[in-house]
Amino acid sequence: MNFLPYLVSAWLFLIGLYGVVTSRNLVHLCICVGVIQSSSYVLLLAIGYRIGRPAPIFIDIKPGTPAVDPVVQALMLTDIVVEVTVMALLLALAVQIHKRNGTLDPNQLHAIKG
Amino acid sequence: MTKAARKILFLISALLLACVFWLGYSQMPPAGFVPSTYGDRVNQIVVPQRHITDAVTAVNFDIRGFDTLGEEFILFTSVMGVVLLMRWRKEPIRGDHEDKAEDRRVPPPSDAVRVASVLLVPATVLFGVYMVTHGQLTPGGGFQGGVILATAPLLLYLAGTFGQFHQVAPLRMVAFAEAAGAATYIFIGGACLALGGSFLQNLLPLGQIGSLTSGGIVPLIDLGVGLEVCGGIVLALLAFLEELVEEKEE
Repeated sequence: MNFLPYLVSAWLFLIGLYGVVTSRNLVHLCICVGVIQSSSYVLLLAIGYRIGRPAPIFIDIKPGTPAVDPVVQALMLTDIVVEVTVMALLLALAVQIHKRNGTLDPNQLHAIKG
Repeated sequence: MTKAARKILFLISALLLACVFWLGYSQMPPAGFVPSTYGDRVNQIVVPQRHITDAVTAVNFDIRGFDTLGEEFILFTSVMGVVLLMRWRKEPIRGDHEDKAEDRRVPPPSDAVRVASVLLVPATVLFGVYMVTHGQLTPGGGFQGGVILATAPLLLYLAGTFGQFHQVAPLRMVAFAEAAGAATYIFIGGACLALGGSFLQNLLPLGQIGSLTSGGIVPLIDLGVGLEVCGGIVLALLAFLEELVEEKEE
């Protein structure tokens, strides 16, 4: 049971990657990148959480009480900010691709075909 | 590459990746029991040494403040990228998405949506300002509060038209707010240098624990970040919405 968060994180990463590989729409692809990123949220939460400890907010609990790890929570905040901005950038790219090529299907974009 | 070949390639690499995950995670202590030396130390020192009751904000804007400067500029450059990309006009090549019913008009927003949006705007602004200013006391801070504040003009857009959105948030003002917010952070860091400390060293008086002005430079940085994030998100929204309006007008 205590390894479940790690499993969930690995599963989210792989299923998001599957979505990216098989995607037929660039907006769907952006959301899949978001799913991949959410695996890192689960992992960070799993690392920072300590069973039985409160949140690291000392406004109503005695300062110095053992609490969960605030460092990984701060990292997660960074993670979310980066995801939002990268998502905006990717969606802007999708809009431009649609304007130039009239399609959002990556399989029909011959210019980026490998 | 055909679809089948792609799937097979994915399956092979996914299996390999799963093995790597297994190797890594099987050495980890079970979730909920991972020792965190730094975290425990931070929890002990934030209140006596920094007079900040939200340890996460203390890590972000004081102890790890330099990293957050980088994070803020990731946001800044991404928003710049979005605006640049959306302004890059090229003759559109029409595909299968041509308007099949050109005389169809978009219905105006319903009265229920308009009333609900207008009622929500003051509450949103109040909640956003509360979030920005209470970052050092309770969960929240510049990033979260800035995003909440940025939803206020969007609610006005839902209630009215794009023209009104533009009136509430003129492009120049929004861009200026974003730049000013980003500059505030660097300015505070530089001021600490000028006062004889190191970059972003917390030199201001720490104030009384639990009050709005506690935490030295942290509330000031929170304000700057709030302004920057709010401006950045609204700027990105403006870029996307302008695109939408132009396409409708064509």
